Amino acid sequence: MISESSSFVKGMVLGGLFCVFVTLIGHNKMGHGSKAHHHEHHHIQAPNIEDVSNLSEAERMELSHSIRVYCIILVKPKDLGNWAAVKETWSKHCDKAEFYSSESVKVFDSVVLNTNDMWVMVRNAYKLAYERYKDEYNWFFLAHPTTFAVIENLKYFLLKKDPSQPFYIGHTVKSGELEYVDGDGGIVLSIESLKRLSKIFEDPDKCPEQGGLLWKLSEDKQLAVCLKYTGVLAENAEDSEGKDVFNTKSVGSLIKEAMANHPQQVVEGCCSDMAITFNGLAPNHMHVMMYGVYRLRAYGHNFKDALVFLPPADSDND
Amino acid sequence: MALGGFKGSWLAFHVGIMTGFISTFYLLNGLLWPRPRGAESQTPHPDVWVVQHPALLSAGHPHLSGGQDRGVSMTAAELYSKVRILCWVMTGPSNLETKARHVQATWTRHCNVVLFMSSVWDDGFPTVGLGTKEGRDQLYWKTIRAFQYIHQHHLEQADWFLKADDDTFVVLDNLRWLLANHTPEEPVYFGKRFKPYAKQGYMSGGAGYVLSKEALRRFVEGFRTKVCTHTTSVEDLALGQCMEKMGVQAGDSRDAAGRETFHPFGPESHLTGKFSKSFWYWKYCYYPIVEGPQCCSDLAVSFHYVSPELMYTLEFLTYHLRAYGYRFRYQPPLPENAARLLQRQARPKAANATLLVQGTKRL
Repeated sequence: MISESSSFVKGMVLGGLFCVFVTLIGHNKMGHGSKAHHHEHHHIQAPNIEDVSNLSEAERMELSHSIRVYCIILVKPKDLGNWAAVKETWSKHCDKAEFYSSESVKVFDSVVLNTNDMWVMVRNAYKLAYERYKDEYNWFFLAHPTTFAVIENLKYFLLKKDPSQPFYIGHTVKSGELEYVDGDGGIVLSIESLKRLSKIFEDPDKCPEQGGLLWKLSEDKQLAVCLKYTGVLAENAEDSEGKDVFNTKSVGSLIKEAMANHPQQVVEGCCSDMAITFNGLAPNHMHVMMYGVYRLRAYGHNFKDALVFLPPADSDND
Repeated sequence: MALGGFKGSWLAFHVGIMTGFISTFYLLNGLLWPRPRGAESQTPHPDVWVVQHPALLSAGHPHLSGGQDRGVSMTAAELYSKVRILCWVMTGPSNLETKARHVQATWTRHCNVVLFMSSVWDDGFPTVGLGTKEGRDQLYWKTIRAFQYIHQHHLEQADWFLKADDDTFVVLDNLRWLLANHTPEEPVYFGKRFKPYAKQGYMSGGAGYVLSKEALRRFVEGFRTKVCTHTTSVEDLALGQCMEKMGVQAGDSRDAAGRETFHPFGPESHLTGKFSKSFWYWKYCYYPIVEGPQCCSDLAVSFHYVSPELMYTLEFLTYHLRAYGYRFRYQPPLPENAARLLQRQARPKAANATLLVQGTKRL
């Protein structure tokens, strides 16, 4: 009897220890995985409010005007509905916005690229943008017609960043060794990055004109590869709480996810207050976003912002 | 018997391993993983609400603490204490978890007091039980009973009394702004004004409407003296007719630029929809309909037919997401009564009052 009960106890202790061991390994594996992922992810943050709150009105205006954003929106004829919506909404807030289309379209003006290949479109758009505007703008934002962007929040994000440094910013994704910006969330390049990109365009080995015949990379990845050769690395943009500011999904989708994942903190946990982009929007939703971002607000909440942006002329939906 | 004994302790050993493993597993489970919130735990969050069954009192205006919106919320805070609003939400037992719960988690947090009105009492949610049945034909009964209940138990807790549906989204801070130019002693009520069937019109039920304290008094008095009765189950029209009989004025809720603030449909419909010319809406609106961006005031008060997902989305768009540094086009001047209201608060420095007015001056 005694030998049985002592065996039982020994068994229990062993079983318990084994359980703890297995649990720890399980947790470590997850922890290690995400830790490793975390370390190799490049993060870049929005400026802190304290850095910029002691400026005069004139200084604020000057600062606001010094950040000049040129917007490239890549379109195809099938995107006509979204093209119109982007034209009528957020693109009005870029310092200059141009639509680069695969082919010419009667209804709208655009820079015609004469190709349907996405990578060739991206490449040529950047090339043209650099050639024509390198002395006029210091930041270059590339987007798709399903994206909604808040350019003022982009400018705030770029406030303390020197455009003569090589920046390549957005919502990043890791694919093996390559970290690239997901085009769905919008891509931001500083003038320095665009300069280096233009140079490497001349090297067809490092940065091919058409993606390889057999092995084609997506245009987002191809861009990252070309930039990497010039020493420019992708950085994931976050606010002061670590939330992504470039989003590859719409507010509605993110809210739906939040309702499922953390129902007690849906709005607080969903998205950044300083979000720059959302993606996957139908034309009607762009108009709702325009109202929601630039007009709808709760009376009596005032902000001491470091920058000042005035509403654009000839517009009534913002 | 050596063999038997050996077998016994071998068995005991293995049973021990299993027992040890399983019991440790459950022990760790309890310690490491938080128990998921079951459907039973319904009580409102203590950081957000002070529960005075069945009423929920806001534990503090959610955006006054500064915190994440790092804004100076001076005027909103003052309006919150000067223009007190009791919100009551028309709901029912089958909608509590599917709709009312999301209303509770979003815009009602900005009310001074909120009551969820149902046909039956629910201590957990909590809801008031009005003692009616459920259904469209009960809407006016529920409304009458709700206002009577509020008049009896909560009259002193607020200056204005808002009714909304469980698919209405309301921006309380904008409602306070609208009401700041009036006093609770005025016999007046506001909402989305419709014109048929009543001389001065009536307010759409779905878009929400708000009664002054005097209007509430007269409504209850009307039923006491039988001047008002349950004429029809069409709640908004019936209430409007009672208001007219009791001398309560149907107010103009449009903003300083003449744009509507209470909306009977969702934002997408109003901003992008083209209502067909035969649609009833054209004949109902008291004021001219504007389609497109000018349909709606920047300081919108309500939207209707709002799904749970849209509730959170609108809360996010109203209170969180904004364009940094943007100078809004619409800068309404501070109305006379509001200025008086805000300066009426005991302030040692006159400079502070001027600061408020400056903040809202046209730029």
